[in-house]
Amino acid sequence: MRLTPKSVTLLALVVLIALSPIFFPSGFYYRIGALIFVNALAVTGIVILTGWAGQISLGHAGFAGIGAYACALAPVHWGIHPALAVVLGAAISAVLAWLVGRPILRLKGYYLAVASLGMGILISMVLNNERELTRGPDGIDVAELGLRGVLKDAGLDLSNGQFWYFFCGIVLILGAWLALNLRDSATGRALRALHGSEVAAKTVGMDVARLKLQAFVISAVYASVAGSLLALQNKFITPDVAGFMHSVEMVTMAVLGGVGSVAGAIFGAAVLTLLPQVLTVFAEYEQLVLGAVMVLVMIFLREGVVPSILRKIRGRGE
Amino acid sequence: MKTFLTTTALIALAMPAMAEIKLGASISATGPAAFLGDPELKTLEMLVEDLNAKGGINGEEVTLIAYDDNGDPNKARTFATRLVEDDEVVAIIGGTTTGTTMSILAVAEDAEIPFISLAGAIDIIDPVKPYTFKTPHTDRMACQKIFEDMQKAGITKIGMISGTDGFGASMQAQCKTVAPDYAIEIVADETYDPKDADMTAQLTKIKGTEGVQAILNPGFGQGPSIVTRNYKQLAIELPFYQSHGVASDGFIELAGTEAAEGVRLPGTALLVAGLLAADDPQKPVVDAYKAMFEEKTGTPVGTFGGYAHDAFLIMTDAITRAGSAEPAAIRDAIEATSGLAGTTGVYTFTPEDHLGLDLTAFRMLEIQGGKWTLVQ
Repeated sequence: MRLTPKSVTLLALVVLIALSPIFFPSGFYYRIGALIFVNALAVTGIVILTGWAGQISLGHAGFAGIGAYACALAPVHWGIHPALAVVLGAAISAVLAWLVGRPILRLKGYYLAVASLGMGILISMVLNNERELTRGPDGIDVAELGLRGVLKDAGLDLSNGQFWYFFCGIVLILGAWLALNLRDSATGRALRALHGSEVAAKTVGMDVARLKLQAFVISAVYASVAGSLLALQNKFITPDVAGFMHSVEMVTMAVLGGVGSVAGAIFGAAVLTLLPQVLTVFAEYEQLVLGAVMVLVMIFLREGVVPSILRKIRGRGE
Repeated sequence: MKTFLTTTALIALAMPAMAEIKLGASISATGPAAFLGDPELKTLEMLVEDLNAKGGINGEEVTLIAYDDNGDPNKARTFATRLVEDDEVVAIIGGTTTGTTMSILAVAEDAEIPFISLAGAIDIIDPVKPYTFKTPHTDRMACQKIFEDMQKAGITKIGMISGTDGFGASMQAQCKTVAPDYAIEIVADETYDPKDADMTAQLTKIKGTEGVQAILNPGFGQGPSIVTRNYKQLAIELPFYQSHGVASDGFIELAGTEAAEGVRLPGTALLVAGLLAADDPQKPVVDAYKAMFEEKTGTPVGTFGGYAHDAFLIMTDAITRAGSAEPAAIRDAIEATSGLAGTTGVYTFTPEDHLGLDLTAFRMLEIQGGKWTLVQ
């Protein structure tokens, strides 16, 4: 049996997540791993939207904000279990994405970038200013998920860092698996076709607006779940999660790794999450190095790091 | 060559044996809170260098491991985890903003590592958490100090114009809570966005409110300077109070000497170092820090760097008294701190009070001719 690229990606991901801890010199690396997985999950959503459907969103952090604050607010105000709050956040994000996307995505071109930018800023403003509910810019405590305690009672005693490392890792594997399945489905093929040429896709009878809207809603759910996971593991969240810079960060990660590939998304998230940790010694030059890396990737590896390198390897093999 | 290698290897082996106390810090030296974090980090680095030159604590060298969290709470949590798990520090100083502090706090409490925060909000130490302390006074104390001064002047009805940023909003809420204690009624309550360029509309509304005797502006950054200039432009004659959030020379520069004339605010001893009485308990420490900071950095000393100075002072004092660099011993020693004069005030911690300051830590200041003066 020949392994498909899909199973190779998934298998590599599972092996990487399961075996990396062997090489961790201290508990801190579990935290970094968990952060990479959370970012990678959000960026996988960007891959679906930007890489396959060819739409740009500059407001995805807004959905992460909704997911995060759903976990902070729903358990306190409505007595909902934090796990259900994740679902609630995802549902709200999906509905909002649908409402924003439906009129905008009928238009050709990059109108979604502007509309989503406005939406992201609005969400961030609401989180900052509705103090009675969100407690404003100083942030709010988030309830404990409780799963770690359940596992402990079942005989599996994980440290906080370890728990979130594996939990986020499993969610990322699920997210990547769903995304890769979507890619090979009829919808995924249609999305990539419309990215190639919207006119051609329309000519063969595809409902272009509907396909783009689907991609936007799905990617909003990815961002929302990532926001929820971040809030739950930090047990504290501030409106920064919904900030414009966070949106830009997500797009940057996707572009760096390779916006058309799930493996690229994970790679981009890993690099941009690790880089600030590696560069703490030259904290002043962090932005400079980030900028230089981006420029070099754009010039020499235009499709992003992972697809470009894969192409080189394959090109040589054939 | 071989000898050289052997020698280096020996030195490398000898290194861990040398006693060393590792202190961690996560400070917002860049990003939106850089104007707070930058002097804090400079202060810590300067003090560590100075301490080691004098022989460290009980003969042990102090190493400072400092990270810049950009004012991002998520990064602060990551760095706090790194300090605890990877660098294995015995104590943490930092948390420039309330958001970053709350992130570090969770990690420090979990790992049972003593943590001294440099942020203002009362939530940090109320309710008291065993391992968390803080050096800046709270917004509530600033409100109390201002209301005390108003009460002396016989003011009972005031208008408030507050920034909608974290600092302004928190202080606005605290002032509203404590106002009744001083028989003060808030008859007008306006807000502005910190990025607004003009606040005359809100000020005109307050000016037109019947019975207003004074105006208070809880805010931070450039907003209060604009409010002060608008105040002058509208020729409002009522007494004008600013918060400790703008207690720096930068505020007078931004607002202009003329507009800032007569503005009152609660500030720390550090701001009026030259005016302190010779027998003031804070005078020696304030003078020493001011001289050292200004010589080292060439920039005027400010309240925020002072918070870091005090945190470091409390920490080193506690480690010296504990005679050990065990986190639990340091924590107990910090809690037993008594009558320790810092730049912000005189600290006395108890198991119920992890702030350790009272209202005397604030001095009521008035700007006259572009200079700070003490209100007697």
